[in-house]
Amino acid sequence: MRRALSVLLVMAMVLAVGISAAAADQPYAGTTIRVLFSNHPWTDAIRPLLPEFEELTGIKVQAESLFEDQLTQKLLVEFASGTSTIDVFMQRPLQEAKQFAKNGWYADLRPFAEDDPDIDLDDFFPSALLAETVDGILTGIPIVTEQEIIYYRKDLFAEHGIKVPTTMEELEEAAKYFNDPENGFYGFVSRGQRSPAVTQFSSYLYSFGGNFDVDGKATLNTPEAIEAFTFYGNMLRNYGPPGVLNMSWPQALAIFAQGNAAMYTDASVFYSNLLDPNQSDVGELVGFAQFPAGPAGSKPYSVVSWGVSMAATSRNKEAAWEFIKWATSKEMTLRTQARQVPSARTSAWDDPRGTAEFPPQLVEVILASSEGAMPYDRPNVIAVGEARDIVGTIIVTAIEGGDVKAVAEQMNREYQALLDREK
Amino acid sequence: MVLSRWIDKRVKYVFVLPALIFVLVMMVFPILYTLRLSFTQWSMGSLAPPRWIGLRNFASLLFEDRRFWPAVGRTFLFTIVAVLVETFLGVVIALILNRDMRGKNVIKTLFLLPMVATPVAVGMVWLLMYEPSIGVINYFLRMLGLPQGLWLASPAQALGSLILVDVWQWTPMITLIVLAGLAALPSEPYEAALVDGASTLQSIRLITLPLLQPTILAAMTLRAIDAFKTYDIIYTMTQGGPGYATETLNIYSFVLGFQYFQMGKASALLIIFFALTLGLAVMINWLKKPLEL
Repeated sequence: MRRALSVLLVMAMVLAVGISAAAADQPYAGTTIRVLFSNHPWTDAIRPLLPEFEELTGIKVQAESLFEDQLTQKLLVEFASGTSTIDVFMQRPLQEAKQFAKNGWYADLRPFAEDDPDIDLDDFFPSALLAETVDGILTGIPIVTEQEIIYYRKDLFAEHGIKVPTTMEELEEAAKYFNDPENGFYGFVSRGQRSPAVTQFSSYLYSFGGNFDVDGKATLNTPEAIEAFTFYGNMLRNYGPPGVLNMSWPQALAIFAQGNAAMYTDASVFYSNLLDPNQSDVGELVGFAQFPAGPAGSKPYSVVSWGVSMAATSRNKEAAWEFIKWATSKEMTLRTQARQVPSARTSAWDDPRGTAEFPPQLVEVILASSEGAMPYDRPNVIAVGEARDIVGTIIVTAIEGGDVKAVAEQMNREYQALLDREK
Repeated sequence: MVLSRWIDKRVKYVFVLPALIFVLVMMVFPILYTLRLSFTQWSMGSLAPPRWIGLRNFASLLFEDRRFWPAVGRTFLFTIVAVLVETFLGVVIALILNRDMRGKNVIKTLFLLPMVATPVAVGMVWLLMYEPSIGVINYFLRMLGLPQGLWLASPAQALGSLILVDVWQWTPMITLIVLAGLAALPSEPYEAALVDGASTLQSIRLITLPLLQPTILAAMTLRAIDAFKTYDIIYTMTQGGPGYATETLNIYSFVLGFQYFQMGKASALLIIFFALTLGLAVMINWLKKPLEL
C-alpha cells in the first residue's frame, strides 16, 4: 500500500515537472492558428514540415491552400466582413499591400521583429523589406524574390566571339548581330502584351533614369521615360519575333526555349523552366547575365513576389508570430531554397546548402542584381490593373512604331488622374 | 380548411408565384441593383461604401473615356460583319443541303458540329492554329507559297480573325434554322414554276427566298443579339488585345469591374449596353413589321 502510494507520488511529481517544463518551452501550446497559403513551390516545401513546428511549439496549424486569385478574393471577403478568423496569410506585396494596409488589415510586424532578435531583419535584402513596408508599417516578412535578368545563349555568344551585353548599346548590337528573321531566328525576345509587358519594361525604365511617378507626380512623359519606351519598342520591333504584341511570358519563354532567340529578358524565376529538358530545347546552353546598364546604370527590379503576414484581427498574435518566425527563419529558408525557391535572406545565398540547387552563374547574377535594385516592378498604386494598362498602352505604341511622345503625354495625364484619385 | 379554400380561390396567382419569385430575385433585383450602382462610385475591396455621384459615371464614359466609343464601334462592327457573313453562308449551305443526295444526314451532322463545341475550347484551339510561328494556318499558307498573317498578334487583323472564328462556329445555327424553314415550305409554288419553265436559280430567287424571309430574319435576330454580347471567344483568345484592338463593350465592362474594381463605372457601362441591346431588338422588330403580312 505504502509502496503503491510512493510510486503514485513519484509519478505525479514527474508529471508535474514535465508539464511545467513544457509550459516554459511552449508558452502557446494548445493554441490553434489558421494559416492561408497560396499554391506555390514555397508552400509545397513548407507544408510537409508543419508537424515539426507543431511538435516544437505545441501550436496547432490549421492550413488552407488556394490558387492565388482565389486567395486574394477570400482575403478580401473575410477581412471586409470583419469576422475573419485568419491569423497568418501569404500575400503579394505589389498586388495587395497598398490596399490592405490602407484598410488596416495588416498587423505591424516591426514591434514583434524588434523584440525578437531571432528573426534578424538585417539579413534580408534591403529592397525586399522596403517592398513590404507601407506607410511605415512592416506588412509582412518576404519569402520569395525575383529579379529581371538577361537569359542568353552561351553557345552562340562564344561561337561568334560576341561579348555578353553589359549596357543597353551592347544589348542592341548583339540583338542586331544575331537577328536572322529569314531563318526564323531572332536577336531578342521579351513580353509585348499590354499589361504583362509592364513589369519587365520597368527595369528598362529605371535604367534609363525614369520612373512611373515621383512624389505623386506622373512621370511617364519625361525624356528619360520616352527614351526607355522607344528603346524597348525598337528592340522588339526590329529584332523580335513576329506577333510579339500578343506575348506574355509563356509565349516569349517558348520562343527562347525552342532555340529561336539569342537573348530574353524576364524574371529570374523562369530559369528552372529553361533548364528543364521537358520544357526547353536549350537547357545547358542558357547563360545568365545581370540586367544591362542604361544611362542611369543597371537598375533592375528586385521584388518580393510573396510575403507572409499577420492579420490585424488575429486573436492569437503571439502564436502567429511564432509561426511566421519559424517559417521565415534562417534554417527554414535554407530548406525552402534547397527546393529552388529564391529567398530574400543573404545568409541563405551565402550558404552553399542554399545555392546547391541553383546554377552558380545565376547565384552571382541574383546577388549582384539585388544591390541597388528597385523594390517594385509596376506602378505602386492601389489600382494596379488600371495603371498597368495605362503604361502598357505606351509600350504597345512603341512596339508598333507609333507616336510614342504623343501617347505618353496622353497616358501621363490619365495616370496623373489615377494618382490624384487615390490621394 | 380555411387555407385550402383561400388557395383554391387564388390558384392562378399561387401557381405562378414560384416563377414570379425567381424572376424577381434572379432578374429584376440584379438589374435594379446594377442601375443603382451605376449612380455611385464604389471600389470593391476598399472599405469605403458606395458614394452617390449621380450621372457622373455615364458622363465620363460618354464624353471622356478613350476606350468607350472605340469599344462601341468594335461591338457593332463585329456583330454586323459576323451576322451578314453567317447569314449568307448559312442560307447557301442550307439550300445545298436541302437537295436529295447520298450521305446527306452525315454531311448535315458534320456541318452542325462546330455549334456544339464549347466556345472556350474553340477559342483555345483557334488560338493555337492562329499562332504566327508554329500555328497550322500559317504552316499551310507557307506550303502553298501564300503570304502569311500575324492574325491575333496584329492589331489590324485581330478583330477579323475573331469574326472568322465566330463565323465558323455559328454559321451552322443559321443553316439549322433555315433548313427547318425549308422543310415547312409548300411544294405547290415549285410545281407551278416548273410547269412555267423556271430554272432552279429562278425558283430559288423568286420563290424560296421570299418565302423564307421571316425565317431568315428570325435567325438573324437571334444571331445578332448573341454576337452582340460575345465574350467567351474574345476573352480566351485576345483578352481585348493586342493593345485594345479587340476590346468590345463586354470585355471592357469585365475589365472595369473585375480588374479595375470600379463597380460603379462598370455598372453604368452595363446599363448602356443593356439599353443598346434593347434598342437593337426593338429596331429589328420594327424593321420586320412591314415584311410580315
